[in-house]
Amino acid sequence: MQKVFDNTQIGPMVWKMRVEVPRMVARAKAGQFVILRVNENGERVPMSIAGLDKENGLLTIIYQVVGKTSALMTTVPDGGEISDCVGPLGLPSHVDNWGTAVLVGGGIGIAPIYPIAQAYKEAGNKLHTIIGARSKDLLFYEDEHKAVADELHICTDDGSVGHHGFVSDILKQLLDSGEKIGMIMAIGPVIMMKVVANLTRSYEVPTWVSLNPLMIDGTGMCGGCRVSIGDETKFACVDGPDFDGHKVDFDLLTSRLGAYKEQERVAMKRFLENPGCKLAKAVETFKYPNEVK
Amino acid sequence: MTEQMPKKERMKIPRQTMPEQEPDVRNHNFKEVPLGLTEEQAVLEANRCIECKKAPCIPGCPVEVDIPGFIRLVMDRDYAAAARKIKETNSLPAVCGRVCPQEEQCEIVCTLHKKFKPVAIGYLERFVSDWERENNLVVLPEIAPPTGRKVACVGSGPAGLTVAGDLVKLGHAVTIFEALHKPGGVLVYGIPEFRLPKHIVQAECDFLAEMGVEFQNSTVVGKMDTIDELFEMGYDAVFIGTGAGLPNFMGIPGENLIGIYSANEYLTRSNLMRAYDFPNNDTPIIIGKNVAVLGGGNTAMDAVRTSLRLGADNAYIVYRRSEAEMPARAEEIHHAMDEGVQFHMLTTPIEFIGDDDNKVKAMECLRMDLGEPDASGRRRPVPIEGSNFIMEVDLVVVAIGNSSNPLIPQTTPGLDTNKWGNITVNDDTMLTSRKGVYAGGDIVTGGATVILAAGAGKKAARAIHKYLMEEVEK
Repeated sequence: MQKVFDNTQIGPMVWKMRVEVPRMVARAKAGQFVILRVNENGERVPMSIAGLDKENGLLTIIYQVVGKTSALMTTVPDGGEISDCVGPLGLPSHVDNWGTAVLVGGGIGIAPIYPIAQAYKEAGNKLHTIIGARSKDLLFYEDEHKAVADELHICTDDGSVGHHGFVSDILKQLLDSGEKIGMIMAIGPVIMMKVVANLTRSYEVPTWVSLNPLMIDGTGMCGGCRVSIGDETKFACVDGPDFDGHKVDFDLLTSRLGAYKEQERVAMKRFLENPGCKLAKAVETFKYPNEVK
Repeated sequence: MTEQMPKKERMKIPRQTMPEQEPDVRNHNFKEVPLGLTEEQAVLEANRCIECKKAPCIPGCPVEVDIPGFIRLVMDRDYAAAARKIKETNSLPAVCGRVCPQEEQCEIVCTLHKKFKPVAIGYLERFVSDWERENNLVVLPEIAPPTGRKVACVGSGPAGLTVAGDLVKLGHAVTIFEALHKPGGVLVYGIPEFRLPKHIVQAECDFLAEMGVEFQNSTVVGKMDTIDELFEMGYDAVFIGTGAGLPNFMGIPGENLIGIYSANEYLTRSNLMRAYDFPNNDTPIIIGKNVAVLGGGNTAMDAVRTSLRLGADNAYIVYRRSEAEMPARAEEIHHAMDEGVQFHMLTTPIEFIGDDDNKVKAMECLRMDLGEPDASGRRRPVPIEGSNFIMEVDLVVVAIGNSSNPLIPQTTPGLDTNKWGNITVNDDTMLTSRKGVYAGGDIVTGGATVILAAGAGKKAARAIHKYLMEEVEK
C-alpha cells in the first residue's frame, strides 16, 4: 500500500497526485515511468513521472480522467492509499548537452517533459519549451516550465492564451529561425507526436518521443506494449519508453491504444452509475478535448 | 482393512481415477478440473505401493521426496504426517501435486509400472497436502536458531519459493523480491485457476511468511536495486529466479494487430488480473469467438482452455508438428480435447490479416510435412509448397516460448550469460560467475517446468547454506 497526498483537480478532467514512494523516488530518473493499481480489483496502469521530490520521497503524477481507473484515482482521499506503485520502469531519457534543445509537451504531456526539462537544463542545454493545450484552463505547470526553460512558448488551440494554434507551428518557427537545434523531444497525444516527427524529419533534427502503450507487468514479460520502430518490434516497457520519432509507427500505436474501447465504455458506465459518484456530472457535461496538434 | 492385504492382492487394486468436472460443464467455468481423490480412494491407491526396496521413485523426483515414506503414512491414515514428510524436501506439495509431470518423473520409474499402472504418486501428494490445509493441520516446521546471515531471492516463482523455504528453515533471514503485486510468479500469472487454484499458491506463500520469509512485492530488482546494491544493503547471498522472460513472437507480417496476444499477456490478464471476471475486475480481455493458439506446449494448452472458458465458439491449437512431438503433458492435451479444443496439426501461420480497425480477422497458413529429425531429436516440419489456406480467427495467442529477460544481466557486471541470454551456472551448485550469486529456474534453463525450477532451487539452497556457513563471516 502506498500513501497518496494532494490529490487535487488542476483543470477540467485533469488531476495531480503525489505518491509516497521514497526508495523509488531516490532511484528514478527523468523519462522513466511507474505502474500503479488503485485497489485489489484494479488494473495496472502505466503513468509518466511528472516530478520527483527526493527530499520528501514523493512522486508526482498528473493524470487526465479518460476512463474508469483514472476516475477511480480521483476518489483517493488525501492521506489515503493505493494498492501498489511499482517502478521506476523503462529506460531514463537520454540526456546530453546538444547546445540547444527543444521540448514539446501537449495536453497531459506537459507533465512528463518537466523532469526532462530539468535534466536537459542541468546538462547545460539552452532550452526552448513549447507547451500546448486545447484552451487556457487545460494548461498547467506554466510556472514550473518558465523557471527551467530559457524560453517558454505557450499555445492554445482556441487562442485563449499564448499562440493561437498548435505546438507544431511554434516548432516550425524555431526550426526556420536558423538557430541550430541539436535535439527535440516531444510528449503528448499520439497525433501530436506524429505531427512533430513528420515536421522535423525534413529538417533532419533528431526527434525523440515517449510512447504510452497499454502495459501489464512493465518488465518485458507480457509483450502487450509492443510498438513498431522502423522494421522492428520493440517492447516499450524495457526498450523504451523513448524512441526515435522518425521511426515510430504512430498509426499502429493509436490503434493498439484503442483495443479495449468497448470494455472501457462498459467499465466507465458502471462506475458512473454508482450512486454518489461526484464525477458523473462533470463527465456528462465535459467534452473531451480534441487531441492537440 | 486394506492395510493388511498381502502384496499380491495389493497389486491387483486398480489405479484410482481422479474424479473430474465433466468436460461440457468445466469448459464454461474456471473452477479446478480434477476434484481430488476421496479419502478411501487415497488409501486404496497408497496400498498399491509394494514398498519395494529400491524405491526408484525417490531419485525420479527432482526434489527427492521420500515417496514410499509418505505413502506408508497414507496407508496408516495419518495424512497430515504424510504431508509433513513431503514438506521435509518439497516446499510446494499442493502445487507440485497438481502441476508436476509425474508421468515422466517419479511414476515412470515406479517398480509397479513394469507390469501394471504406476502408483498415482501425484494424486496422493495432492490429497495429503489438501487434507492438511483443509483440516487446518498445517504446523510450522522446526526453524533453526538465527544464523545472522541474510539472503535475497529475486523472483517468487517455484525456484525462489523453494530456496526461501529451505534457507529460512536453516535459520537464515530471507527476503523475496517480486516484481508483480502478488507473489507466486508463473504459479499466479501463468497457470490458470482451473489447473492450480490461486488460493493454494497464496497458502503456500503464507506458510513461508509464517516461517519468517519476508515478501517485498512490487519491487523490480535491476530497476529499483541492482544485485550489487543488494549486497551493499547487507545481503550475504543472492538467488536469481526471475523466470522466463520476454515472450517470443512468430516474426511474421501483421503480428502487432489488435487481437494478437502473447500467451504471457493473455494468461496474465485472465489469471493474475482476473479479467475473466470483467467488469468486476477492471482489467479487460478480448473475447474471441474463433481463437487460434499457436504452439504445442503446456502454456498453449492453458491458453486454449482459457479461451473456451471465456466464451470461444471455436478454440484451435495450431501446431507445426504432429501430436507425437507436442511438448505438452499428455494429460493436458487430453483435457483440451475432451473440452472441445480443435487441433490443427502440421500447420503454421505465415501472415495475420487485419480488418479496417486493425483487428485480426484471419491468418494465412501453410500445411507442413515432417522431414528428418532436427537438433531436438524431433522430426523437422517442412512447409508444403502451395498448401496455403486461410483460417478465420478473431483472436490469436502466440505460445511459442520466451527469451531471457535482460533486466538483471544488464545491470550486474560480471554475471555471465550464454548466447540466448540465460544465466550460466555450475550445474551442481547453481553458482553463477559472481561470488555469492546463485540462479535457477527458467532464467537458467529457458522454459521448463515448475518442479525442475523447484529442483534447481533445492540445489541452490544447499550450496547457499554451505557458502553462508563456511565463507561468510559473522
